[in-house]
Amino acid sequence: MSKTIELKKKVLSENDALAAELRATLGEKGIFSLNFVSSPGSGKTSLLERTLRELKDELNITLVAGDVQTENDANRLIAAGGEQVKPLVTGGSCHLDARMIHRLLPEINLDNTDLFIVENVGNLVCPSGYDLGEDMKVVLISVTEGDDKPLKYPSMFRRSSVMVINKIDMLELCDFSMERVRENALRINGDLKIFETSCRTGEGLEEWYAWLKEQVKQKKA
Amino acid sequence: MHELSIAQSILEIVLREAEKQKPARVVAVGLKIGALSGIYADSLEFGFDAIKKGTPLEECRLEIEEVAIRGQCHQCGHVFDVRELLFACPLCASGSIELKHGQELDIAYIEIDEETEDWHVK
Repeated sequence: MSKTIELKKKVLSENDALAAELRATLGEKGIFSLNFVSSPGSGKTSLLERTLRELKDELNITLVAGDVQTENDANRLIAAGGEQVKPLVTGGSCHLDARMIHRLLPEINLDNTDLFIVENVGNLVCPSGYDLGEDMKVVLISVTEGDDKPLKYPSMFRRSSVMVINKIDMLELCDFSMERVRENALRINGDLKIFETSCRTGEGLEEWYAWLKEQVKQKKA
Repeated sequence: MHELSIAQSILEIVLREAEKQKPARVVAVGLKIGALSGIYADSLEFGFDAIKKGTPLEECRLEIEEVAIRGQCHQCGHVFDVRELLFACPLCASGSIELKHGQELDIAYIEIDEETEDWHVK
């Protein structure tokens, strides 16, 4: 005789529980937190380098730099003036999970943190399902990629709150339409906040910084 | 892409559950996978079949139900199926939508066979 037993359990329930714990810990201290996701090479590290360099006198930023194999990104971020940068090498894994962040917590001085940023592994599929306890996901896309990326990776764009369109200084060289990418992204997620930036020329970065500072202020309030 | 690690999580959760159900044997696991979960059902089954070998779940099969994307409009409250990845309200055209279904990655049930072990005892 066979019998069916209801379980109704989320496969990632362990991850979700740890993420909830992280969110509560960061929330109690009034720390605003972001999870940066994108394809490899969209410019996550470049944007974070400039952000660290240009906001270091105004915000204490703690950064966890996820990388599949090297600590190169973390080294770049330290060179950019990051005072609290933690490398997180996954050793092949295609995404970060809440346990990895949780394990790093004892090494992090949260009392000296206004903004907590996790730079995820470059991948638009796998990191989408793993909550890291962040307030928001920021998805980057660069103009050297296809403007249909939001339609190809709907899960990631749907779960993100912010989209940064990077490398806009190269727009003329690419068959990338700013209008189409906005249309595609907003079709998937009408609530997306969108920024256009170039980490080479600095275009659009002032708006990005202003938004970041405002979010940090609101979280502290 | 990470279906194998998802399969591993499923295996671990069901193994713990199987321990509680002894001497009955778990013969099937029912999964609900949302169309927007980022998980490809075929790869998940392939991964699960590979890692279950040599475990008490060796004979266990996956029964996968795919869940369609369903949203609710923040503006007018209308609940609707999201078709062709158009996340906009068909009534008022608002793009501010709350997802009600489609991101599931759940173990809905397990099916156990209570007679298997008894049969051997007799």
